[in-house]
Amino acid sequence: MLPNATGGVVDDIYLYRLEEEAYLMVVNAANIAKDWAHLQALAQGFQVELKDLSEEIALLALQGPKAAELLQGLTDTDLSGKKKNDVWEAQVAGRPARLARTGYTGEDGFELFLAPEDAEAVFEALVEAGATPAGLGARDTLRLEAGFPLYGHELTDTTNPLCTPWAWVVKKEKAFYGKEALLASPCRERLIGLVLDTGIPREGYPVLAGQEQVGRVTSGGYSPLLEKGIALAYVQEGASEPFFVEVRGKPVRASLSPLPFLPLK
Amino acid sequence: MDIPKDRFYTKSHEWALPEGDTVLVGITDYAQDALGDVVYVELPEVGRKVEKGEAVAVVESVKTASDIHAPVAGEVVEVNTALEKTPELINQDPYGKGWIFRIRPLDMGHLDDLLDAGGYAEVLESEA
Repeated sequence: MLPNATGGVVDDIYLYRLEEEAYLMVVNAANIAKDWAHLQALAQGFQVELKDLSEEIALLALQGPKAAELLQGLTDTDLSGKKKNDVWEAQVAGRPARLARTGYTGEDGFELFLAPEDAEAVFEALVEAGATPAGLGARDTLRLEAGFPLYGHELTDTTNPLCTPWAWVVKKEKAFYGKEALLASPCRERLIGLVLDTGIPREGYPVLAGQEQVGRVTSGGYSPLLEKGIALAYVQEGASEPFFVEVRGKPVRASLSPLPFLPLK
Repeated sequence: MDIPKDRFYTKSHEWALPEGDTVLVGITDYAQDALGDVVYVELPEVGRKVEKGEAVAVVESVKTASDIHAPVAGEVVEVNTALEKTPELINQDPYGKGWIFRIRPLDMGHLDDLLDAGGYAEVLESEA
């Protein structure tokens, strides 16, 4: 997470260390301008060079239990030697690529950083080899089942990350921007996972404890694997079960669920 | 897209099939295809009086929730309870087993205000 001065979150990012002093930051596309302005301001007074490579890199994600097997047929690198979060350079379908064994689905998988002009050919080669194209709707279902936050929903400029299940990313023993403000700000609400008895929760639906509204759904949807509606929601600190989600005016019983909703691979 | 000629249509992609003094209502092939896999249907209560255009039921796919409107004013006299356990009937058979509710219209003549198959086909073309 990219912290701001007041203990909130500028963006939820992936940061790869490519060399001793070279990093690659993968940000949410919707936040490019905001992140760029934030980092440029922070860079003042540091010996650091920033480059916005957004227009020079295309990103494809190959995700799922068969990802390694499928990709192995298209690249020379032995993938069995690559661990989660490893990053390396290799040819994929005859095109130069940077690869990372990571993703946003809760499954094994790879992200492929490509020259924009190579992206279509690599995409076609992956599909030819058996990959199924999937859009953001499918990806949102997967990341929700995996209990991953989506910036703008679970994480915002005013979110305290210490009040979320993703507090582990904050290394309190290290120095970081906005640390004092973050450590001083209390948890007024906390993020929970809910599984509904019936119906499908959607973003913005009220969360009730008894008759009283104690929170709101920040991401919701249908889990094809659980065959139930699932939600991430913020509730007031101290609010306790039983919880209900108000689905179009009707309260529906919602059970507290550990995150991820499903075991991660 | 399949558009049977035996029934009436709305611009909001419901179909209305007259049967005796009642009208069966569902969503079109186009609508179910656009929604994707239907995973939940909220049915109205039998006996509910509804206005033309009123949101009466909700069909939810993985992607989104969509209101289903009464094509004519009247009273809901039956609902398709099979959809509670098998909402996918709407995808599999939108014009048959995937019907959603049955209305007894105030006036069967109100059906003439709706689109016929040809008129609905034009609506789809204009949206394409």
